[in-house]
Amino acid sequence: MANMSNPLLAVRGVETFYGRNQALFGIDIDIHQGEIVTMIGANGAGKSTLMMAICGVNRAVRGSVTFDGKAIHEMPTHEIIRLGISQSPEGRRIFPRMTVYENLQMGAVNSEPRYFAEDLARIYALFPILEKRHVQRAGTLSGGEQQMLAIGRALMARPKLLLLDEPSLGLAPLVAKQIFDTLRELNKTAGLTVFLVEQNAYHALRLASRGYVMVNGRITLSGTGAELLNHPEVGAAYLGGGSH
Amino acid sequence: MSSTGHSSSSLPAMIKRSLIATVIAFLLFLPTLGIKTSASGGVDGLFLTYRWMLLGVGCGLIFVGRMAYELFWAPKDGEQKSIKAPSSLARALGSSKVAKTVGPVLLVFAIAFPFLPFSDRYILDLGILIITYVMLGWGLQIVVGLAGLLDLGYVAFYAVGAYSYALLSIHFGFGFWMCLPLAGLLAATWGIVLGFPVLRLRGDYLAIVTLAFGEIIRVVLLNWRSFTGGSNGLSDIPRPSFFGIPFNQSEHGFAATFGLEYSSMQRIVFLYFLILALAVFTFFVTARLRRLPIGRAWEALREDEIACRSLGVNTVNTKLSAFAIGAMFGGFAGSFFAAKQAFVSPESFNFMESATILAIVVLGGMSSQLGVVFSAIVMVGGVELLRQLQFLKSVFGNDFDPSQLRLLLFGLAMVLMMLWRPRGLVSTRMPTVFLKDKKTVSAAMISQGRG
Repeated sequence: MANMSNPLLAVRGVETFYGRNQALFGIDIDIHQGEIVTMIGANGAGKSTLMMAICGVNRAVRGSVTFDGKAIHEMPTHEIIRLGISQSPEGRRIFPRMTVYENLQMGAVNSEPRYFAEDLARIYALFPILEKRHVQRAGTLSGGEQQMLAIGRALMARPKLLLLDEPSLGLAPLVAKQIFDTLRELNKTAGLTVFLVEQNAYHALRLASRGYVMVNGRITLSGTGAELLNHPEVGAAYLGGGSH
Repeated sequence: MSSTGHSSSSLPAMIKRSLIATVIAFLLFLPTLGIKTSASGGVDGLFLTYRWMLLGVGCGLIFVGRMAYELFWAPKDGEQKSIKAPSSLARALGSSKVAKTVGPVLLVFAIAFPFLPFSDRYILDLGILIITYVMLGWGLQIVVGLAGLLDLGYVAFYAVGAYSYALLSIHFGFGFWMCLPLAGLLAATWGIVLGFPVLRLRGDYLAIVTLAFGEIIRVVLLNWRSFTGGSNGLSDIPRPSFFGIPFNQSEHGFAATFGLEYSSMQRIVFLYFLILALAVFTFFVTARLRRLPIGRAWEALREDEIACRSLGVNTVNTKLSAFAIGAMFGGFAGSFFAAKQAFVSPESFNFMESATILAIVVLGGMSSQLGVVFSAIVMVGGVELLRQLQFLKSVFGNDFDPSQLRLLLFGLAMVLMMLWRPRGLVSTRMPTVFLKDKKTVSAAMISQGRG
């Protein structure tokens, strides 16, 4: 699937710091149009930091991030988002005291109003439970519904690239599977490009066309999903000895 | 549910808890009720008088009260403390149907108010004061209630508005309607000036900086004598006229022009309608802003700033606009204040004012506009009511001044609020958009944060 033309997102030699502590060491990543790429790694490996570096929340001190041919590593976050990168941050971060509908409206802050009804219908078709609960406060939804809302909210921006930070966090396996199935569906039918950061390595690698493994701020392995799934190191470290 | 000696609802346990409460009360009352300092007038300065009787009565009341609570109201063993749905009154106020009728009824009452038989000058002045605070509350509500930025220095913008009107009208002879937008503009500018350095602050840190900002403005007003008149303030500020017709006894005065008998009440009634118009304007603008994308962005910012950024909300502009618009209404109100008083001095803009306005917003339920009206009536009207309780003198003796109890009752009210309505008088929030059906969601039913 990975075509060798220019990648949609190219991360080159990105290094970030928290104070004086270096978090990322020369990260290189390519994401091509239409791919699902996953990044797996343990807690504190730097996965979410990379996600934030792409969005310009925590800036890359060295290196470059290019999206759709434009260097974005010095742009303000809201301009990066406007280019077509949409993020569903770690821990869902929906707006708890606003309704489901208002949350989705917030997802569309930067898109044109004339698309709103169409996009909303699309999200409701994707996650029918959100339509049922559209006047309910988002904070009263279950964890899985909140995650659906977070993804739906990110999709309201009509992204070219969807960044997902641990969508399966704290969800029952069945719900997590449902969410991964939806992502696969979106990728297949709408050609959505997805960059997925996960601890749930097994599901993530099965879903993804390619994957990277991050350890202590460095990328140690990369390959297709199937390759990584069968790799002995990955199996031992992230899949519980491959007993799944 | 056995009632053995170890059970917390047994009599000895109740007495024990009541005694503990009494001891705490004794320690609190000892310096406040038990000891009184009086000036002797001589060289000794102060001397102490002890009021053991009063102290005993206070502690006794606490013991009896606590026992009564233990016996009749405290949850018994095994009884689950259920989360109560809001009372029907609060629910009614939160629901759109009732809010839609209460609002207009209040407005009609406010318009008819000056013509009601009991409305004398004192009552009207009180009405003006309350409406001023309602307006200030609505202004601060944008910053605190909607955008979630705790601002303890809101009075600074009130001061900027007041001094803007005072200085512009004294030095340039600008009229009220000319000064009003200028005062709003200047206050908004200062809102942005405050907003920039605090962009990255939240919560406690933001509160401290805004508190300091309020004090800085006051201290500058106090010390820049050549410009602001220092602690003497600015007097002889021109009073607002009725579209160019002054309220005086001259031939060209309001009374003469309209063929009425001159009365000083005419000016008060005019001021009353002026502030009412300003407040109604504030209401409609803020109500409209809530329904616009900017209002939604403010709320989203309050809920989760990181999520906002990841959605591409320009958080800098959003925060600054909240500060600026909130400050603008403070400026309008300040401008009115200067016009009404014809005198401004830094004394009117101390921290107590900020605290009162903030208390009105918090008491009103943070994001309910109707709640602000009720809490302003309670907070401002309640204090005035205390002054009226002169009959208490016959109970407590002649040197008893009920208005001295203000802070005590204030504290008591806050404690009761914490117990019964921790989310404010009107704690339900209407969604800003409706699709097919309208539905309120009670805040009390939702756990704090992301449940």
